[in-house]
Amino acid sequence: MIKIITVYGDMLLGAMGKTLLLALCGLFFACILGLIFGLMSVVKSRICNIIAQIFVDVIRGVPMIVLAFFVYFGIPYLLNNMLGLNTPVLTALQAGTICLALNCGAYMSEIIRAGIESVDKGQMEAARSLGLSYFVSMKRVVLPQAIRTMIPSIINQFIITLKDTSILSVIGFPELVNTAKNVQAATFKSFQTWFIVGIMYLIVITILSRCAKMVERRLNRGR
Amino acid sequence: MAAEEIKIHVDHLKKNFGKIEVLKDISIDVKQGEVVVVIGPSGSGKSTFLRCLNRLEEPTGGTILVDGVDITQKKVNINKVRENVGMVFQHFNLFNNLNVLNNMTLAPLELKKATPEKAKEKAMEMLARVGLEEKAEAYPSQLSGGQKQRVAIARALCMNPDIMLFDEPTSALDPEMVGEVLQVMKDLAASGMTMVIVTHEMGFAREVADRVIFMDGGYIVEEGTPQEVLLNPKESRTIDFLNKVL
Repeated sequence: MIKIITVYGDMLLGAMGKTLLLALCGLFFACILGLIFGLMSVVKSRICNIIAQIFVDVIRGVPMIVLAFFVYFGIPYLLNNMLGLNTPVLTALQAGTICLALNCGAYMSEIIRAGIESVDKGQMEAARSLGLSYFVSMKRVVLPQAIRTMIPSIINQFIITLKDTSILSVIGFPELVNTAKNVQAATFKSFQTWFIVGIMYLIVITILSRCAKMVERRLNRGR
Repeated sequence: MAAEEIKIHVDHLKKNFGKIEVLKDISIDVKQGEVVVVIGPSGSGKSTFLRCLNRLEEPTGGTILVDGVDITQKKVNINKVRENVGMVFQHFNLFNNLNVLNNMTLAPLELKKATPEKAKEKAMEMLARVGLEEKAEAYPSQLSGGQKQRVAIARALCMNPDIMLFDEPTSALDPEMVGEVLQVMKDLAASGMTMVIVTHEMGFAREVADRVIFMDGGYIVEEGTPQEVLLNPKESRTIDFLNKVL
């Protein structure tokens, strides 16, 4: 165990860094997608509602590992081999970011929709009755209140997404699980390797949830 | 009656929710400075009628002119119309995420109606008018129901509206707080504001209303001065209703 840490410690830490990088990239775009589709599912437009619903249903209905293979192998094959286009190949980081963003974005959009719907309708009506537009009312009155109820679910989703990065080891992105596989293959010490990796995830996620609790408490103090 | 005196002109207004006809045929004029009180049993459509006046509900048919502008036209900038039509709700609807002062200055600032200094000055003036200057920094959750409703009225007044709509403003209040809100409304009526008020406060209606409208089943059943409608009702449905509530 000590030997693995001394020899492969830096490598595993670096891989953890890559995991966090991938998670952050994915979460960043997931937040944008979640906000767009979340808003689309609450606006008074059937077309927007349907588009948002289809997005959520499709992404939720496909396992992320399938999505990963599809984005990383399937789409380039379609573009280059089947359609004869000469598009640059996605790097594993780009493909991984797209997968995480789509997957997490779908769940985020549901969280955001539920958060917005939890705010009393009278808040929007009061804002509109003063002459404010729908989007200004949303931005200044409804969303700030919705965010309070959304925060715990969003943090939960962040943690899930961080763990989901491990699925992207299948497309060869050198995140923690992918790297650990190599370490295991080189050392044949499965127990030690996966024990260390497990502890690493545990530490990072525990820190994250503690921070989350702090944020939550601070937000609730104002009320 | 000169045309410019009419602030709100409602002509054959209809409103359906799905298959249910809530408003069947409503026609009414409200003159400048007039205080119109709408009474009627619950489900009679009086709140829906009020909410059509600033298009919080989309009318199904008929026309509504507010200051001569037909707000039932799709291309009308309804936000512009709403700037001049304040509304007070049964459940106050103060913005919970903002303190009292910011509740009041949000719309004037967002709509560039005033500089931050002017907006704040105006808000404090309106708060003084409803007797709540010391609550400027408080959050809605720290106010009593009566205080919330007085802030809600002051918030609407910060936009300098020509018309104020009140949707059962005292129905959600504890009895001891009704008086303070009605007092603010009386002062407002005395200042010459055009007001349309849906309420169950018959005493208030008698004292403040220029005209009382009794609605039932999506129609205006009877209208006239408080004397006529509340003391000498002619229609049997009005008499039934008044017997139940008085």
